[in-house]
Amino acid sequence: MVFFENMGLLALTPGMVFMWVIGLVLIYLAITKKYEPLLLLPIGFGILITNLPLSSLMAPGEGLIWRFYHYGIEWEVIPPLIFLGLGALTDFGALLAQPRLIFLGAAAQVGVYVTFFIAYSMGFSLEEAATIGIIGGADGPTTIYLAAKLAPHLLGACAVAAYSYMALVPLIMPPIMKLLTTDAERKIRMKKGRKVTAREKVFFPIIAAMVIILLVPASAPLIAMFMMGNLFRESKVVERLNETSQNSLMNIVTIFLGVSIGATMSADVFLRKEVIFIFFLGLFAFMISTASGIMLAKFMNLFTSNKINPLVGAAGVSAVPMAARVVQKVGAEADKGNYLLMFAMGPNIAGVIGTVIAAGIFISILK
Amino acid sequence: MATEVLVPLAGNIWVVLVNVGDEVEEDDELLVIEALKMENPVYCPCDGVVSEIRVKKGDVVEDDDVLMIIEES
Repeated sequence: MVFFENMGLLALTPGMVFMWVIGLVLIYLAITKKYEPLLLLPIGFGILITNLPLSSLMAPGEGLIWRFYHYGIEWEVIPPLIFLGLGALTDFGALLAQPRLIFLGAAAQVGVYVTFFIAYSMGFSLEEAATIGIIGGADGPTTIYLAAKLAPHLLGACAVAAYSYMALVPLIMPPIMKLLTTDAERKIRMKKGRKVTAREKVFFPIIAAMVIILLVPASAPLIAMFMMGNLFRESKVVERLNETSQNSLMNIVTIFLGVSIGATMSADVFLRKEVIFIFFLGLFAFMISTASGIMLAKFMNLFTSNKINPLVGAAGVSAVPMAARVVQKVGAEADKGNYLLMFAMGPNIAGVIGTVIAAGIFISILK
Repeated sequence: MATEVLVPLAGNIWVVLVNVGDEVEEDDELLVIEALKMENPVYCPCDGVVSEIRVKKGDVVEDDDVLMIIEES
């Protein structure tokens, strides 16, 4: 009898079964559609196992996945480690060649703030509104980092929204890009920037870390790790650390990140009407960010003869490097000999930094 | 007149689609450069004959390197 009383089957609720469906859909999308599989696959599996009753995987103080979550995410260890790897993967060359493109990465944060105010006026708390807004920055680790700090109960929903929309960048962005630009604008061929020296690339992460952390100290954990990873890369003297940060370490923490996020999405936390709003607001944030990057590029063109192809502005929504690839594709549709990819990488990377700074500002105001 | 085909974006040569001596027309695909996991075709700037190819599959190329030379017809 004791066996039957402890059997999970009897404690099952309809909500849990519904969550299985969500978990299985994510696993399906990851495997067959290859939508961000490195994250959506472990997230989907995490959702599935956390909604099997009485397993105590997420029981505070004892559950296995709870320990991953607690020490990895609540202690804010994993997102900065991912940033270390991203820093090692990032080539700032495109940005340094055309520093003016930094502004496009900043403009794409408009969606974050607009959505923040809308979510707040809809009745979300300030902390919740900030976490929802940051989805528009299209940066997974930053979204998770901010959610863990400000609104842990929204972490699962916000993370899944951010990663889903990043996977859907090739569907979400092109219609907005075409709507806001003329055919002639899409055909603009940009002038190559200056050559960037190896020395500049070494100095950049050091100076950027100092300046950004001095200005927005709350962004320090993410920025510090990001810039150290980039210094590993550009210094060329610690190839082993560079390689480990980009590959093995990043892969290891991604496993714990994915399954822990999935496991936060139990039926009782996830199946509430707020979550539907989060998905709508997140999409809205994403669209506004895309549009604002494009509009700033058009605005900058009023004052310069060295024209910017406004499509490049759309890449200010981070989602590296997917957004830049979409810019390249849409540009090549208008003029097949136009190569915008490397130009788009500038705002793309600036967008990542911009989102971290936006998150840092939220933390320093709301904490 | 000889026309140089320059690298439009840094990356590595994914595949070279023409051989020395081939007749090519403007907008033909000459080769494909892979950058950021994206295949970017490079198009011929003019009608002519391929007189020299300076890269091969797998080469890393920088902006404005010369890829090949077309003898304009």
